[in-house]
Amino acid sequence: MTTMSVPASRLGRAWARTVDVFTSPKSGPVLVTAVLFLLMFTAGGVRYRGFFSAATILNLLVSYSYLIVLAVGMSFVIISGGIDLSVGAVLALSTIIAAKLLQLGWNPILVMVLILVATSTLGLLVGLMIHVFEVQPFIATLAAMFLARGLCYIIAKESISITDPVFAWMAKTRIVLGYRMSVTPSVIIALAVLAIAVWVLQYTRFGRTTYAIGGGEQSGMLMGLPTSRTKVLVYVVSGFCSGLAGILYSFYTLSGYALTGVGTELDAIAAVVIGGTLLTGGYGFVLGSALGVLVLGLIQTIITFEGTLSSWWTKIFIGALLLVFIILQKVLTSRRT
Amino acid sequence: MKNAVGRAVAHRLFWPLVMLVVLLAINVVAVPGFLSITVNNEGHLFGSVIDILRNGAPTLMIAVGMTLVIATRGIDLSVGSLCAIAGAMACSIILGSPTPNAVGTVTVAVLVALALALVLGLWNGFLVSVLGIQPIIATLILMTAGRGIAMLITEGQILTVQSDPFKFLGSGFIVGIPVATIVAAVILALVALLTRRTALGLLIESVGINPEASRQAGVRARGLLFTVYALSAVLAAIAGLILTSNQTAADANNTGLFIELDAILAVVIGGTSLNGGRYSLTGTLVGALVIQTLVTTVYTVGIPPIATMVFKAAVVTAVCLLQSPTTAAAFARWRTRSASRAAAPRPGEAVVSR
Repeated sequence: MTTMSVPASRLGRAWARTVDVFTSPKSGPVLVTAVLFLLMFTAGGVRYRGFFSAATILNLLVSYSYLIVLAVGMSFVIISGGIDLSVGAVLALSTIIAAKLLQLGWNPILVMVLILVATSTLGLLVGLMIHVFEVQPFIATLAAMFLARGLCYIIAKESISITDPVFAWMAKTRIVLGYRMSVTPSVIIALAVLAIAVWVLQYTRFGRTTYAIGGGEQSGMLMGLPTSRTKVLVYVVSGFCSGLAGILYSFYTLSGYALTGVGTELDAIAAVVIGGTLLTGGYGFVLGSALGVLVLGLIQTIITFEGTLSSWWTKIFIGALLLVFIILQKVLTSRRT
Repeated sequence: MKNAVGRAVAHRLFWPLVMLVVLLAINVVAVPGFLSITVNNEGHLFGSVIDILRNGAPTLMIAVGMTLVIATRGIDLSVGSLCAIAGAMACSIILGSPTPNAVGTVTVAVLVALALALVLGLWNGFLVSVLGIQPIIATLILMTAGRGIAMLITEGQILTVQSDPFKFLGSGFIVGIPVATIVAAVILALVALLTRRTALGLLIESVGINPEASRQAGVRARGLLFTVYALSAVLAAIAGLILTSNQTAADANNTGLFIELDAILAVVIGGTSLNGGRYSLTGTLVGALVIQTLVTTVYTVGIPPIATMVFKAAVVTAVCLLQSPTTAAAFARWRTRSASRAAAPRPGEAVVSR
């Protein structure tokens, strides 16, 4: 290899590096998702008038800011090798707590703080159940899901609308970014959460321990990493994110309803998988999960633009996309090991 | 005597059975005639216990299939969607035929629905055994896409059918016993015979305990995995047909919604570990009965039905915590401590014996 002529070898090396980056189980799936997103976006732009614009992307962010926050929390849990089935129900619970307390005339800031404390505490309990009592994450979060959904029905069966001025302001305010381009404060909050999550996962002890637990809990523990604390904390993070997502969702809809977000946990899991996080844990990027949310949103948008396709095709497309990505991950990881 | 109590407490069905008895006791206190079974003038059995057995039948069937899947260290999340697909398929065939009341039409509809489920079950098996995808993800695909497929079959409508033979499946009686209960009992008996009277159960457990070791011992895991996922799908389809027939309508969005969770809970309450390996069909039966009795209790005690889910969460948490190894270890420590205290000599004697 070293005897090759300079330009060819440089080209060859660049090619080899590109291949390497694309076939690595760490970065490969994320890059494939990014390419897929661009392809879908371009194809949509060619096919429909007014599709290929920054406004389309910004609208996606406005509509799915809550799902980005959910997917961030889910990424922490999945990277640590667990799963959280309760996120949809906890989201619904926080919308309904918000609506009910605001109806009773509580201070909106106090309400938000209370929700975040409550959902984080629920996450803590789930984490302790998983860590101390060695209940499988699947079952423990399932119990949390039943609990949260049940509490929703007990608090209020019907939809309650929110008239609080602070919530209404959050819903109506538009931050103008340019001609016909604006976002809601929720988008800023979601992007801030995303940025913090990227920093925490990449640059802090907690983040690295999360990866270590997913990669091999035993080895992480033997290396002296605080695995037990971290394993509980990822569920607190997920609980907090679900609560925040619920608050963002109530900004978006200005109501609280017990049946909100049935099946949202599947959307969040799908976004994380499409975003390139391995479900066995240990690999993944939280930015990929946000990209996964945008891909899901883009599928929905394209189906809306198409007009003739019925809504149930969304589910079939998402299922097919999941399949493709899972097989891709499988191929990439098996080549490495 | 003390030893016998200890052994009973240590048995893995002890806490689930206690839970079942407590729930039944609550019902008997709330409604004194709860356990009575009456025969109406058509010779059908009626009573709350019969209701539990009939309404719990679909969950039990799915849980039986789920038990085998879980024993191989897998899980099948797609069963709820398969219920919807089977119901949608059967209803659309019955609606499309000129003779919806003919037994032949219903037979064809049921067989086609079961065949479709079999194909989808083989698909799950293919993803898990050939492609080696984690079961929770492999079946998540069909769980997500399955409701879409069901809606594709019903074209987004709720299909209502008027067909007496089809209705018989969900609400009919044979010798006074509900058809659904009989079907569930037959399935449970057949699966128990097939896996416990042959080596099949042992092989399934060995795949769940250590796939690599069982491969080296010559167990063909691939065929076994195909079998359990196909069986799980077909049982889910039967349950879906019974649910659909009960409602006399196929609803692609709501038929069998969350039933996968109930089935998994039934298996876990019954003491089968989600880590695979040893399984107990008797445990699954107890688990399914606990769940259905719980739902009934909520109604009889007069708690608003909307609170059912909170109670389910409480029961699941209680059973999981009681079965947890940490609790078992704490129990064992407590027992040895009290035993050693009883066996320890009194302070005065201790000095003398030295």
